[in-house]
Amino acid sequence: MNSSLTPNSDPLVRAERPLFEGADWEFGTIQRCHDEIAKIAHDEMGLDVYPNQIEIIGTEQMLDAYSSIGMPLFYKHWSFGKHFARNEAMYRAGMQGLAYEIVINSNPCISYVMEENTATMQTLVIAHAAFGHNHFFKNNYLFQQWTDANGILDYLEFARAYIMSCEERYGEADVERLLDAAHALMNQAVHRYPRRRSTDLRSEEKRERGRREHDERVFNDLWRTVPGKENIRHDPTVEERRRSLLQLPQENILYFLEKTAPRLAPWQREVLRIVRIIAQYFYPQSQTKVMNEGCATYCHYKIMNRLHEKGLLTDGSMVEFLTSHTNVVFQPHFDDRRYSGINPYALGFAMMRDIERICTEPTAEDRQWFPHIAGNDDPMGTLRNVWANYRDESFILQFLSPKLVRHFGLFHVMDDANEPNLRVEAIHDERGYRKIKQALARHYDVSWTAPDIQVVDVNLAGDRRLILHHRALNRILLEEKDARMVLQYLADLWGYDVLMKEIDPGTESVMKEYNASPQPGIVQMEGP
Amino acid sequence: MHIVDRRLNPSGKNLANRQRFMRRAKAQIRKAVHESTGSRSIKDADEGGEVVLPTQGVHEPNFHRGGAGGVRDHLLPGNKEYIAGDIIPRPPQSGGGAGSEGSPDGEGEDDFRFALSRDEFVDLFLEDLELPDLAKRRVVNAEAMIYHRAGYSVTGSPANLALNRTVRNSLSRRIALRRPKVDELEALLKEIETLKGDGSDEDRIAVLEEEYARKRRRTGLIPYIDPLDVRYKRFNPQPKPVAQAVMFCLMDVSGSMTDHMKDLAKRFYVLLYIFLKRRYKNVDVVFIRHTHQASEVDEDTFFNSPETGGTVVSTALEEMRGVMDERYNPDNWNIYAAQASDGDNTASDNDKTANLLTQMILPACQYYAYLEVGRDSEHFPPGFIRRDSDLWQTYSSIIRAGAPMAMRKVGHRRDIYPVFRELFAKKVGSEASA
Repeated sequence: MNSSLTPNSDPLVRAERPLFEGADWEFGTIQRCHDEIAKIAHDEMGLDVYPNQIEIIGTEQMLDAYSSIGMPLFYKHWSFGKHFARNEAMYRAGMQGLAYEIVINSNPCISYVMEENTATMQTLVIAHAAFGHNHFFKNNYLFQQWTDANGILDYLEFARAYIMSCEERYGEADVERLLDAAHALMNQAVHRYPRRRSTDLRSEEKRERGRREHDERVFNDLWRTVPGKENIRHDPTVEERRRSLLQLPQENILYFLEKTAPRLAPWQREVLRIVRIIAQYFYPQSQTKVMNEGCATYCHYKIMNRLHEKGLLTDGSMVEFLTSHTNVVFQPHFDDRRYSGINPYALGFAMMRDIERICTEPTAEDRQWFPHIAGNDDPMGTLRNVWANYRDESFILQFLSPKLVRHFGLFHVMDDANEPNLRVEAIHDERGYRKIKQALARHYDVSWTAPDIQVVDVNLAGDRRLILHHRALNRILLEEKDARMVLQYLADLWGYDVLMKEIDPGTESVMKEYNASPQPGIVQMEGP
Repeated sequence: MHIVDRRLNPSGKNLANRQRFMRRAKAQIRKAVHESTGSRSIKDADEGGEVVLPTQGVHEPNFHRGGAGGVRDHLLPGNKEYIAGDIIPRPPQSGGGAGSEGSPDGEGEDDFRFALSRDEFVDLFLEDLELPDLAKRRVVNAEAMIYHRAGYSVTGSPANLALNRTVRNSLSRRIALRRPKVDELEALLKEIETLKGDGSDEDRIAVLEEEYARKRRRTGLIPYIDPLDVRYKRFNPQPKPVAQAVMFCLMDVSGSMTDHMKDLAKRFYVLLYIFLKRRYKNVDVVFIRHTHQASEVDEDTFFNSPETGGTVVSTALEEMRGVMDERYNPDNWNIYAAQASDGDNTASDNDKTANLLTQMILPACQYYAYLEVGRDSEHFPPGFIRRDSDLWQTYSSIIRAGAPMAMRKVGHRRDIYPVFRELFAKKVGSEASA
């Protein structure tokens, strides 16, 4: 293995004794490891992290955390029990191992580590989660924009208490039905763009002043004399007014229901809001899988090597670490039985290492492809910038180098249902690099991977039917059985009929239509 | 940095979710449990364990793209031979060659393996079953008494003195009768002494002394605690329900009983044991085997050591009565008996058996189950009439008379559980038909 440590750090002082020997650990060991890692992370790598809180948990608690999407406290719902039961059965049967850690984007940053881990593994997960992920959570723009690390635990506490009080007041069955419906629509419950915040008076005034200054600067009396167009008053039609009033089209379906569904009770709106806000909290995570894992894996790799170099890790621990590390970043080929998609750890780690290489030892190819970073000799600064300002899609589009495309042997296959055969579009050659980079980036673009479903209209004057469009990208339709079930839930929430059209965006023709009528259960139906 | 040790946190945080899930999937879990009993050995029946559920009813739908049609592109690692423009024949099951498509949450789910705890399993296992005549016996057998607190009484043993109540009564009486307080008396005495020290105001001293004497007298007349005040905690005796049961296992071990038959019998006994264990705190089990003579044995001997001899059922019943007389008084014990046999009996013994049952055994028993075990190979199409065995005929006549007794025939392991459920299903019909 080639050790990649920056030789420019202070002259190596080898520690007299390693942090630990053997597999056993105690709290003192963890504290010592954390402190040594913190030194490397702050002084040598310049990581900026939330304060850490490391919690030791057992198997059952890990399974608990699995079933509630990793959150330490959550409201009660049968689906979490289902996930718990499934994971537990898989685990007991030996079909699935458990993660070494789970880390939560909160301030302080909570990392759960398993009690079964060896001392080496504890060091590894502290480096990985408590520093790698932690830095990413604190600095990436998506997390800053969409999540509130300070408030999330309080909010979850509120959510749990609120839903519990609803259960007491309105009955478990009613709350369960509502949550079932809300969970079905959870993927359609995020704002993809930051909403415009309503301005306060001060900023309003500032803007007004700026506008006036601009007017004064560009003032030219001649413009007054130019004959202008007749002042045409644009009269919006009734339909347009209605749509703008309801903020249509709207892709955040739960938000739309919360604000406009005619028959929901106030507590039901609040529950929808809770589900929606939690979905929004996880929205950045789905867009930064490769980067997040890449960042954490890169960090633990650097830190562990550095610890070893300082004499703080024994050779035995180092071998144990490398075994685990290589398992994590293993990428099976497409024709391998173990293949199940591109491993975000492998891709992310390889790309981070590649950026480091481009910064320090660029080839002519790198200089041509990445003139802005090649040879700048500041790998950590470059990486910190990358971690702060990109998401998976833009990251791959920007930084997937030809060398890596060759390394992974990536190729692009087109599968058109109208053609009898598949076609290889591009491979890892000179003509293919750019195509492959773009195609791979698109695979990580949520607006490309998630179906585009929007509420487009409501017939408020008539039968109040809700109309949705699914713009079927590449003519790929929704899975029918699930779509019907979700639409049924949607109709139950809306309280009136729901119509969904699947539209081919190329020709604007309707490919398929779904209808759903509400069934009693969630909202009060009109009497006979 | 903080380190928090969460390992000692109370476990079972997920219990509420689990119960909700079980409630939701109840019908399916119940079905799966019943099916699983066919395949698993009854010995582990109360161990809990894994059942496999279909996912309907607990499916969580969401909008996602279907697996067929449209234009898709795949990016795959590990190219070895392809160059741009190559045509690859479509693999069977379109899209199957490219693993990148799948259900969005990575849970390709067909069936759902699910582990039940012991209690959950037994609950479902014995759901809707009921012990016959349990309530009736409980009221009748009211020998033992339990004492419960029941207010206060004016008489009782000193150990039961209700101190609070007594002092409260005394306080209110003293206030009502205006018994002078100790403080008042002391204050009066002090004032007299100061006045005496001054040596002035003789009249005032005289008035005070008189008042002091009057109050002293009044204190003496009105006692601090009067017998009227005293209260005792009162205890009411209540009959204690009999909460113990004994289960008699009777089995014919003569040569005609094969291992297969014994195995069937054993499975039935185990079920009955689990069932009784749910309802009674302590359950005793008595094993009585018989050939032409009967003896009480331990479990291992009962099932495993072969005997030879004829078959005289009445000996077992006599032995059972002997054990009952000796150790299990029907007034204190709920008595259940399960008899397994291949149905053979010495012809001359049938009347004696019937008499013993009706006169001695059945009146003392809560329930008497007779299981006639057959050979595995003996499969008769429905409607095929076989000659009933000696015991079957004998017992049929008893049951027709309305005794707390039931009987069934069992030929295969998988029939045991249904038969058991039939016997103990709620609202037991006491007439049996095979």
